[in-house]
Amino acid sequence: MALTFAKPKALTDTPTHYCPGCTHGLIHRLIAEVIDELGVLDKTIGVAPVGCSVLAYDYFAADMFEASHGRAPAVATGIKRAKPESVVFTYQGDGDLAAIGTAEVVHAATRGEKITTVFVNNAIYGMTGGQMAPTTLPGQVTETTPYGRDTQQAGFPIRVSEMIATLDGACYVERVSVDSVKNVLKAKKAIKKAFEYQLAGKGFSLVEVLSTCPTNWGLSPTEALGWLRDNMMPYYSLGVKKDIAAEVK
Amino acid sequence: MGNKVLMKGTEAIGEAAMRANCQCFFGYPITPQTEVAAYMAKKMPALGRVFVQAESEIAAIHMVYGAAGTGVRCMTSSSSPGISLMSEGISYIAGAELPCLIVNIVRGGPGLGSIQAAQSDYFQATKGGGHGDYNMPVFAPSSVQEMIDLIQEAFDVADEYRTPCMIMGDGMLGQMMEPVEFLDRQPRKLPNKDWAATGLLGRKTHNVINSLFLAPEELEQHNTHLQEKYKIIKENEVRYELFDCDRENDLILVAYGTTSRICKNVIRSAEREGILLGLVRPITLWPFPTKAFEETVHHTRFGYLTVEMSAGQMVEDVQLAVNGRAPIGFYGRTGGMVPHPDDILATVKQMVHEGVQVWH
Repeated sequence: MALTFAKPKALTDTPTHYCPGCTHGLIHRLIAEVIDELGVLDKTIGVAPVGCSVLAYDYFAADMFEASHGRAPAVATGIKRAKPESVVFTYQGDGDLAAIGTAEVVHAATRGEKITTVFVNNAIYGMTGGQMAPTTLPGQVTETTPYGRDTQQAGFPIRVSEMIATLDGACYVERVSVDSVKNVLKAKKAIKKAFEYQLAGKGFSLVEVLSTCPTNWGLSPTEALGWLRDNMMPYYSLGVKKDIAAEVK
Repeated sequence: MGNKVLMKGTEAIGEAAMRANCQCFFGYPITPQTEVAAYMAKKMPALGRVFVQAESEIAAIHMVYGAAGTGVRCMTSSSSPGISLMSEGISYIAGAELPCLIVNIVRGGPGLGSIQAAQSDYFQATKGGGHGDYNMPVFAPSSVQEMIDLIQEAFDVADEYRTPCMIMGDGMLGQMMEPVEFLDRQPRKLPNKDWAATGLLGRKTHNVINSLFLAPEELEQHNTHLQEKYKIIKENEVRYELFDCDRENDLILVAYGTTSRICKNVIRSAEREGILLGLVRPITLWPFPTKAFEETVHHTRFGYLTVEMSAGQMVEDVQLAVNGRAPIGFYGRTGGMVPHPDDILATVKQMVHEGVQVWH
């Protein structure tokens, strides 16, 4: 029988530890498919964060680093500067990138580091059990906002893509979602473009992926996809926030 | 061959590192060592090497983590408050066993402290600093020339044992100018870096740079491995100087770095007053030269006097090494104040006149 659907070469055989309905596995696969399609597995180096995807280094077949919390873009800077011929990506969640690691991602972007950041935004701290993230929506109930996020007390969510898009060193920034087949395909296209921009040496590229956390949202996987559409997508608008190729035209 | 040049300590650090094949420098400005970064910014690009001014010391040390993980020689340089910020990264680097060089040109603390010379980061450098059971070799030069020689050696030790190494100087050593010579030296025979994450480049299994071991059995095993490595470092890499210790001394001084130079002057002026002093000068602060005390404990009538630019952080290690066999005194200044030879001598006289003799 002909094999029509196979695991990408850029993923290992290690089963993931993710909860049922979590979209991390899917996003890993999109990155792996892009690495395969571009034929760059041999020279790719990935950087895993602290958070639910801390073990991503076990799942990607490329050479990998585990970074300390929030520092993945600094680690990736060191890697890329030391080995400029390599393809370097960071994989980071919202707590890692938009709270403790804000300085690192902003400065990697503004330096125009030729790396790609895949930023997975599920509006909550997953690994520690569902606390408020910097991207938690106003009114959203979490362990540390038990009465809903009160913006007067806990401030407002950060729109990371829009913020990074203001920086001259960023060459490509897009926000995508994995709530539907159509959007998953768009997400893959964006990740591929981000890697291609890196290969072309254009600068820093970031793809923000709106994703779900059924466990900590207290919803079924299907309900979670609906919650993402109904609540996250209105606050975090999808689309290209920056593309220097488009600007040149 | 006399090729001596006059160089400032901080610039000599940069030059020595480049000559030791340091490929990447990551740093953040902080007094009194910012000239290291300035020197690297000027010189590294011309050699096709990397200089990055990071957004913080935290970022700088994690850039070192990234570059070191690919197997290239790399370093950072900072001063006390900056090293505090780097301590997270140093713990990760020790845990992931990455070779690199960290220079600390110590200034007065705690907190923002001062920008003057101090030795008050001894505990931080030798007892951890970051979290977890780790140590790193710490080299304490006492002259600009020795700093040059130790930088090259520290890079080799880092590579041989897969460990971060620290050069710990003080603001005085960083800012002084001295004649120095860059001698060609025989590098150590070093192991291949087959652990480095370089991209697969045809390799079948992926390399992972990591300090996470979720299973307690595995983390304990990793810690056991680290401790075994530290034991070998303790056996092989201890360095110290014994100065005038091979005579029947009244007292032996214990000091490192700038303070040890002052102590050598004190030894001469004490001789003129009929008091015989020796000096134990630790060159590696970790591993601490316990052996130096085995060799000298029978050559001092009144024990040891530890002299530091701190509140006495090294005294504990001296106590452990002497293990009750001789009295231990302490003289120190803090806050960027440098011990005056007369004050050290006054403490010496007090110990000699009031002390209990170890032997008769």
